[in-house]
Amino acid sequence: MSSTRIMISSDPVPAQASAAASRGRKIARWMLRNPRIAFGAALFGIILLLTLLAPLLSPYDPLQMNPMNRLKPPSSEHLLGTDALGRDVFTRTLYGGRASLMVGFSVAIAATFIGLCIGLVSGYFRAVDNVLMLVMSGLMSIPGILLAIAMTTLSKASVTTVILAIVVPEVPRTARLVRSIVLTIREQPYVDAAIVTGSSVPRILFRHILPNTAAPLTVQATFICASAIIVEAYLSFLGAGTPPEVPSWGNLIAEARNFIRLAFWILLYPGLLLGLTVLSVNLLGDGLRDLLDPRLARQMKARS
Amino acid sequence: MSELSSSPPLLQVDDLIVRYPVKKGLLQPRKHVHAVNGVSFTVRRGETLALVGESGCGKTTVGRSIMRLVRPSSGAIRVDGIDVASLSRRQLKPYRRKIQMVFQDPYASLNPRMTAGEIIGEPLGNFGIAHGADRESRIMSLLERVGLGRSHFHRYPHEFSGGQRQRLGIARALAVEPSLIVGDEPLSALDVSVQAQIVNLLDHLQQEFGLSYLFIAHDLAVVQQISHRVAVMYLGRIVEIGETADIFRAPIHPYTQALLAAVPLPDPRKRRTIEPLRGEVPSPISPPSGCAFHPRCPLAEDRCRREVPRAQEFQAGHFAACHVMARNNQYAALQPVTA
Repeated sequence: MSSTRIMISSDPVPAQASAAASRGRKIARWMLRNPRIAFGAALFGIILLLTLLAPLLSPYDPLQMNPMNRLKPPSSEHLLGTDALGRDVFTRTLYGGRASLMVGFSVAIAATFIGLCIGLVSGYFRAVDNVLMLVMSGLMSIPGILLAIAMTTLSKASVTTVILAIVVPEVPRTARLVRSIVLTIREQPYVDAAIVTGSSVPRILFRHILPNTAAPLTVQATFICASAIIVEAYLSFLGAGTPPEVPSWGNLIAEARNFIRLAFWILLYPGLLLGLTVLSVNLLGDGLRDLLDPRLARQMKARS
Repeated sequence: MSELSSSPPLLQVDDLIVRYPVKKGLLQPRKHVHAVNGVSFTVRRGETLALVGESGCGKTTVGRSIMRLVRPSSGAIRVDGIDVASLSRRQLKPYRRKIQMVFQDPYASLNPRMTAGEIIGEPLGNFGIAHGADRESRIMSLLERVGLGRSHFHRYPHEFSGGQRQRLGIARALAVEPSLIVGDEPLSALDVSVQAQIVNLLDHLQQEFGLSYLFIAHDLAVVQQISHRVAVMYLGRIVEIGETADIFRAPIHPYTQALLAAVPLPDPRKRRTIEPLRGEVPSPISPPSGCAFHPRCPLAEDRCRREVPRAQEFQAGHFAACHVMARNNQYAALQPVTA
């Protein structure tokens, strides 16, 4: 350690180099202290990059059929083999990730945002609280899968329908979380002080109350993202999710299950990536929870 | 003191009642806590009125209803003659420039995510008092006025000590140039040495700006030092009100006498003449009949259990509500009762 420091200081550009080195060391130390966040983020980053760079990584079209090359095992030509219609499994797995991650992100963002708005209003305005919470309880009592099946039956199956069907049952959970935070923060003397000094209601909500929800909501959003990816997969598996022309991990697995004895690789790789993605997001969420919300972390530990 | 009393009162509280519903079982009748049960007093310009009493007597609720953090159930709160007790949130805004508050807990009353400059600047922005560079210079001068420095501008509350935070809270209250500051036990969370500094600061500010204070407290030593007049509350009612010197020299109500007797004497050889109070403050959900103090009062008689005593003037400007003491009241016999 000391020898490297001496080397750095004798460098022709010592200031910049040592600053960069110390920053690097700081990041490394931080990652060692938060291994779950570091590992989860790294794994998730790799998967995200793979799916985003799919067109560069693979020469094939995910929808291009090639009946001559059906159910081929992995080879140098087809890295992960081909499926029942001769499509490249590697390509389809990467493109499938796009749909799955898109659903995960969209649901996390939409459910968090809508839940935040409802929770803020419900927690601050006692007059609408009862009604809103009643509606939320009602929404929570709808089974997500049934809702999704009903929605895809009534309208055309599309990614948007899937997102909507997963968002609806997630919103009440976020709304309740935000509401409970608002209820405790609004009793804080600094909120009284804000009222007394003439702050408007929006200012109190956004400047004084909202910042307190950021940390728990970030944590909640990662868990919603992970669960949305899983729900998308099993909806697609049941045929109530993403339409077959859009590859997603769910419907890749659904199609692959018919050929599992002939060609296990069609199922293995999308399944593996799905599992790794959910694992990485959950690790990230767990790590963030412990980092951002020590109180919640202690509660969770006490409960388990 | 005489010139103070001749000007019209800045704040006039008239028969203020604050009730909270208490949720009990499903089939039980709805009950109320009478936190404040008919309180009347005035605060004159440049005057400090101390509101004292045990915890739970409703003194904080009086302060919070004057700030309209609590909506009074009935009664009037007149500020410069305008009744603000039933104004809506929007109508209240101009009135908030006249009355500000300093809170008990200097830790919880500052938003931990805002810098000192932002905290003091907030009222300036809310009322559109100053913008840009003008606002900044005002914040700087406010910081200096409460004994903080320009270097504190960008600091967060957790970087300040308790006394410094309370100075910040005072600067925030001063920002809108109010006429009255309600202090809800602003000293009780501070160390004794820091208390003295804050008392001096409040005193300076009063002289500089002609401020009035409504000082809610339970520390009688501090009250004696800073207030012109004292109102003693017991279970939602004012039992005695008068000039500080009169109350400390010759307390009338048995409760006030007991309170003063409970102040530690600096001389250990001196002996008490009055026994300390026994028992607890009764529940404000079902207060005792008649005079609320009768279960703990050494002088209580039959009438005290039946009738709520009215305030009587015992000396010029010195009122107390007690049946027993009223019998020997020379002053009231000479003059018609005014309050």
